Amino acid sequence: MSVQFISGNDAFALGVLLAKPAVISAYPITPQTVVVERLSEYVADGLLAANFIHVESEHSALSCAIGASAAGVRTFTATSSQGLLYMAECLPYAAGGRFPIVMMNANRALALPWNIYGDQSDSLSQLSCGWIQAYAENAQEALDLALMAFRIAEDARVSVPFMVNLDGFHLTHTYEPVDVPEQELADKFLPEFQTDNKIDFDKPVNMAFSAGPGHNKQFRIAHHNAMLRAFDAIAEAEKDFADIFGRKYTGALDAYRTDDADFVLVTLGSVSGLARSVADELREEGIRAGVLRLRYIRPFPGKEIAAILNGKRAAVLEKDLAAGRGGAVFTEVASVTAAATLSAIGGLGGEDIPAAAIRGIFKTLADEPETEVLYL
Amino acid sequence: MNARELSKNEYFFGHKACAGCGGSLAVRIALKVLGDRAVAVLPAGCMSAVGFNFPQLAFANNAIISTFAGTASMMTGILAGLNARGEKDFTVVSFAGDGGTADIGIQALSGAIDRNDDILYICYDNEAYMNTGIQKSSLTPYGARTTTTPPGTVSRGNEFRKKDMFEIVRAQGIPYAATASIGYLTDYMNKVKKASEIRGTKYIHVLAPCPTGWGYDTADTVDIAKAAVDCGVWPLREFENGVYTETPARGGDKTEYLRRQTRFSHLTDDEIAQIKDNEYNGRK
Repeated sequence: MSVQFISGNDAFALGVLLAKPAVISAYPITPQTVVVERLSEYVADGLLAANFIHVESEHSALSCAIGASAAGVRTFTATSSQGLLYMAECLPYAAGGRFPIVMMNANRALALPWNIYGDQSDSLSQLSCGWIQAYAENAQEALDLALMAFRIAEDARVSVPFMVNLDGFHLTHTYEPVDVPEQELADKFLPEFQTDNKIDFDKPVNMAFSAGPGHNKQFRIAHHNAMLRAFDAIAEAEKDFADIFGRKYTGALDAYRTDDADFVLVTLGSVSGLARSVADELREEGIRAGVLRLRYIRPFPGKEIAAILNGKRAAVLEKDLAAGRGGAVFTEVASVTAAATLSAIGGLGGEDIPAAAIRGIFKTLADEPETEVLYL
Repeated sequence: MNARELSKNEYFFGHKACAGCGGSLAVRIALKVLGDRAVAVLPAGCMSAVGFNFPQLAFANNAIISTFAGTASMMTGILAGLNARGEKDFTVVSFAGDGGTADIGIQALSGAIDRNDDILYICYDNEAYMNTGIQKSSLTPYGARTTTTPPGTVSRGNEFRKKDMFEIVRAQGIPYAATASIGYLTDYMNKVKKASEIRGTKYIHVLAPCPTGWGYDTADTVDIAKAAVDCGVWPLREFENGVYTETPARGGDKTEYLRRQTRFSHLTDDEIAQIKDNEYNGRK
């Protein structure tokens, strides 16, 4: 293990290096580019024995990854924003075909208006595409999620592609000290990829087929159930991860001082650390504040969220705004608990979310319970 | 190779293609040439629609449907994956229609040629989006009636000439490109065989008439496919090692070829006479 001072993108690329994918297909887009540049360098320097394929679009990036995964090998791609939407046709395709591809998405605003900075409207627009979705908070978690993503996606009970989201710039380009594990330990954590869902010359298969009414629902329900089984795979992977690397993760949710909280802010991604420090400050002022970070939004830990928020009042802070509806994450959380009363929309187009704004959310929650939406 | 040397194995059967389907013949024969080690990639289109209806799966070899735009990129991924797992002596082959190739799939095809990925891209050309009900593609010939180029009071059918895919892939420096017709199966078989033995990207564009979309008797598919070559609208062309060759037209009658198809029935004799070969086949 070594400690390196690196960006979120660098950390994720190191995680992918440790996972040893056989095929990487990618198309550049800001702010994802550093990841594919690093991976290109690893391949160029012989550190990573992967076939790095320079595809002609994001649609081709994921289409190519589907082909490689159908051949039964570990496959990685990365994208962001417009790129994610350009490959959107391939998202449910990869998921429905049960190809456990891992993709990093650098969260970035969607055009129009054009904006290269970080918000979460890209990945949150794809909640129904059938992928596991996790959100890293910091560079260490980014690296760790890269390893865990392959393990969970490739788990035979799951076999679903996995999207790891890093807040564009706020996380992808921010430098932090990161523990980089030894390859030997990474190998211990992440076994070689084995699957029966692959091209086989001894037992030829017809893949990615049509299924009409009747059969169709069987595949869709099986996919849904596999996503739900991912909770078990996540728990087991995190237990092994803690045993091997000494870092503990807490499943789909990361609850901070929520047990005795009156007011809880639900977050996802890199803003969570700031939210926790604001909660600490408020505690010192006598306001019992807590933070509930969603590490995973697919599968959605609805029952656990409802249990944690029971009897409290909660706001949801997210970096997206679904026109005509509001915050996508708020909609999800409010669907499982009446405790979520306030939707806080911030960070759109990469706008900074200062501590004062987070304090304002808690204050609004405490003092103006009738307020439903807060635009930071 | 000749018909007697063709494998007795069947790789594409039990599918739901129309009677007289030219495309299914192109798939069946190519897979007989390529054998057990072919991995077939089919985008949305007639052949994937008729061949992959769970649980009635019609390919005896490995086969997969790609996204419509993603034929060549999926082929690249499969190639990379099979190489990574150490497989040898296989052929990643596509059967993409005219729209899947010349319209929505051309970006991915161009990327694969650019990388010179070792794949055999076969375009079966039935000259319109037949699977969705005979809509115009960029390979629909000039003058043809389709459901989106209906002759009307101010229209005489398709006003655009056919795109010349052969020249497009040739211009990109592809190691091997050919046109073929299911009317001349021996020629097609040999081109598939030859292409499978060349490393790099190979492109075969096989004319595959469609009785449903073109409007002729289902028994006449092979005849029509022959006639297209004989009359000169669909020359058999080959580009290999930088050398271009072309089989000369056999002197068939173009007017007769067009008149056998109801998709041209709205055209007057004068209009038929005015259709130039290059408006039909897209050549400069």
